[in-house]
Amino acid sequence: MIKKISSRREFLKKMAAASAMTAAATLFPGIIFAEEQIQNIKTSGDIKWTKAPCRFCGVGCGVLIGTENNKAVAVKGDPNSSVNKGLCCVKGYHQTICMYAKDRLTKPLVKKNGQYVETSMEEALDLVASKMKETIEKHGKDSVAMYTSGQSTIPEGYVASKFMKGAIGTNNLDCNARLCMASAVTGFLTTFGADEPMGCYEDIEHADVFVTWGNNMAEMHPVLFSRMLDQRLKRDVKIIDFATRTTRSSMASDRSILFNPQTDLAVANAIAYEIINNGWMNKSFVNEHCNFNKGLTNIGYGTEDKFSFTDKPEKIDLEAYKEFLKDYTPEKVSELSGVSVKDIKFLANIYGDPNKKVVSYWCMGMNQHTRGTWINNLVYNIHLLTGKISQPGNGPFSLTGQPSACGTAREVGTFTHKLPHGVVMNEKHREHAAKIWKVPVERIPSKPTYHATEMFRALDRGDIKFIWTQVTNPMVSLPKVGRYTQGAKKEDRFIVVSDVFPTPTSDVADVILPAAWHIEKNGIYGNSERRTQHWHKMVEPPGEALADAWQTIEVAKRMGYGDLFPYNKETHEDEIYNEYRLHHEGKKHNMAPLEVLKSQSGALWPYVDGKETKWRYNAKYDPACDNGKDFHFYGKKDGKAIIWQRPYEAPAESPDNEYPFWLNTGRVIEHWHTGSMTRRIPVLHQAMPHAYVELHPDDAKKMSISNGQKVKVISRRGTTVLPASINERGLPTKGQVFVPFFDENMMINEVTLDAFCPISKEPDYKKCAVKIEKV
Amino acid sequence: MPIKSYLAHPHDGKYEALVSELSNISGCDIIPSENEEIAIIVSDTKDDFEDQNLQIKINSIKSLKMLSLVSGFETNQ
Repeated sequence: MIKKISSRREFLKKMAAASAMTAAATLFPGIIFAEEQIQNIKTSGDIKWTKAPCRFCGVGCGVLIGTENNKAVAVKGDPNSSVNKGLCCVKGYHQTICMYAKDRLTKPLVKKNGQYVETSMEEALDLVASKMKETIEKHGKDSVAMYTSGQSTIPEGYVASKFMKGAIGTNNLDCNARLCMASAVTGFLTTFGADEPMGCYEDIEHADVFVTWGNNMAEMHPVLFSRMLDQRLKRDVKIIDFATRTTRSSMASDRSILFNPQTDLAVANAIAYEIINNGWMNKSFVNEHCNFNKGLTNIGYGTEDKFSFTDKPEKIDLEAYKEFLKDYTPEKVSELSGVSVKDIKFLANIYGDPNKKVVSYWCMGMNQHTRGTWINNLVYNIHLLTGKISQPGNGPFSLTGQPSACGTAREVGTFTHKLPHGVVMNEKHREHAAKIWKVPVERIPSKPTYHATEMFRALDRGDIKFIWTQVTNPMVSLPKVGRYTQGAKKEDRFIVVSDVFPTPTSDVADVILPAAWHIEKNGIYGNSERRTQHWHKMVEPPGEALADAWQTIEVAKRMGYGDLFPYNKETHEDEIYNEYRLHHEGKKHNMAPLEVLKSQSGALWPYVDGKETKWRYNAKYDPACDNGKDFHFYGKKDGKAIIWQRPYEAPAESPDNEYPFWLNTGRVIEHWHTGSMTRRIPVLHQAMPHAYVELHPDDAKKMSISNGQKVKVISRRGTTVLPASINERGLPTKGQVFVPFFDENMMINEVTLDAFCPISKEPDYKKCAVKIEKV
Repeated sequence: MPIKSYLAHPHDGKYEALVSELSNISGCDIIPSENEEIAIIVSDTKDDFEDQNLQIKINSIKSLKMLSLVSGFETNQ
């Protein structure tokens, strides 16, 4: 494909440069070759450059895609995007190459007598609709489910929600964002009463200190990390890495502080203790804008089927909170956490210093946590106690992993409990949705059903008989995935998978629907900083591949719900977005009009009177503040945010004599999530061809394990075999191993535990017990 | 007709000098990093003899601390 840029020679020069950039990125996290990326390889000829948000992570970089003769031939960073200012990471730079992978799905496949048979899209959609209808007739509405994605576009998520909740009348809709940022959502909701960060990426230009909590930004959010490094070159900015493992981010930071798994809860409380004890609390801010609450404790881990938990918040006062914090002196916490008293005081001092602006960043380390909601609450506590929030350069910021985890999963609401505006449990919210959807309000059930993990448990049990997955690969990404793969294969289950490539999930499908990729359809994503970004279809999808939203609409029509989906095939994305905007009308969440999104590289919501809102809850910047004060946390009825009393509680499973190692899982810079796209990009695949297990050199020496030697990682759930990696990419602490999850041939989620945060229901992929054996 | 790419590492404090000196050598493209002291060299030469000469020239640059070959292609087109 790229040969056509001009000649084979030019193609080889591009490949040589790309290989060098990839090698440089593995040596220097966050490295940027902006000049090359802006100029790209070719600017002459008939290449048409069109803007889009990047297909991959939640940073939401603006890219320009070069197309020629109905093919994507090049990618460069969009200099007009305020997110990345022309920069691009190695994954973003090569993203379109996977579109032309040889094994791209182009024809619908139906399993007949154990074999996949090509069929037409019309027949495949007929079959999906008839199976869904038949299952509902036989087993009821709650026997069918959809499992979608933080990579679904806003229109795709919206029609899935309308189809399941408004048409069929079941809340059996959840998405893979449950696995990556549900704890951020419940953290925001419990503390502020409204989801998503108050700040934006512009904070990077204003902050004096960045504290990253269990967050390897150099590999996961390289463009944002490079913006932080850039600030450090220009002015006196410090980056503090607070983590359980030494990573590329730790190496590039000014200070790396390691803590024992799960003890971030205790350290956060110790920081709060120090802030109050040293008189660093911003008393007027706390008095004016905060309440204090406590919730239930010993809340469980959700490892059993049909686990249920509801918190019972109780008001407390500052004195009670201070009393609670006495258990979290730096001295006491140091012993538990492994963080020195000096380092705890150092961290507290950063937050407590009134002359320093501080941004806290986190992603999976805090969210994939059996107390994920709590640790989110505790970091908000620190910012609220010091009043360092909702101002340029001051604030807590939860980063997302997927390009539209915010835009689609959280804002459209593709979770079982959500509606595009509000939640199914709230009668007024149901009435609001029913009015826009033009359906009877009683059709929308008032009770949430299954969150992601429980949805696949229900499939295994047989409570769900039919499931349709779109834009996601749960048979690689679910924890303790062995159970769910076997469950999906059971005889009377019917599995529909819409995807671009074959995956272990499509391997268990009864019907595989080929989907259009990113730029083969019109789309809208929403990134981590509340930025909504539109792109136009740039090339035709191959064969019979079809946009996911249109697949859903076609099935809905076949099931008799056509009147609810009166959209035109060519313009359905625009029509759906305009309908979706109605749900969010008002100063608190107004979405930018389509014409604005089409004319620029996105806009932050709330978009009010032609202006985006960069810092929410601050009366200086946010037109929704109307309490007459400088700050207004309007998500809560009394306009006050909540400082939560949340204790340290142990993880669901800890190392013991039989399974003496912690297992931590995560990602690498070369691959995006389950690798179904990036492993089809040769330059990225060659740079990181397979997964590995990182061991501490002392542990490896004790077990006589050498670099590259195959070892078994064994847990109570399963086993996988991987080559050992010692002193290479990252360095786990003694007694800990780390495995990236991108490799479907070395599936670490066979080993992980499906324990989750009882409030957010997000699984903890960062902590379980394993043993290591030489093969 | 070899095409090769390298990572060029400078001696401390010599990054700008390295980029400047590399820019004066014909037969190769330089891609400097914006935020780290490292540059990519992509060489495009007629034959092995010219390729070796180019390597000698690059290695003789005083500000260059280390040159790492990343990829190489042999092509007749």
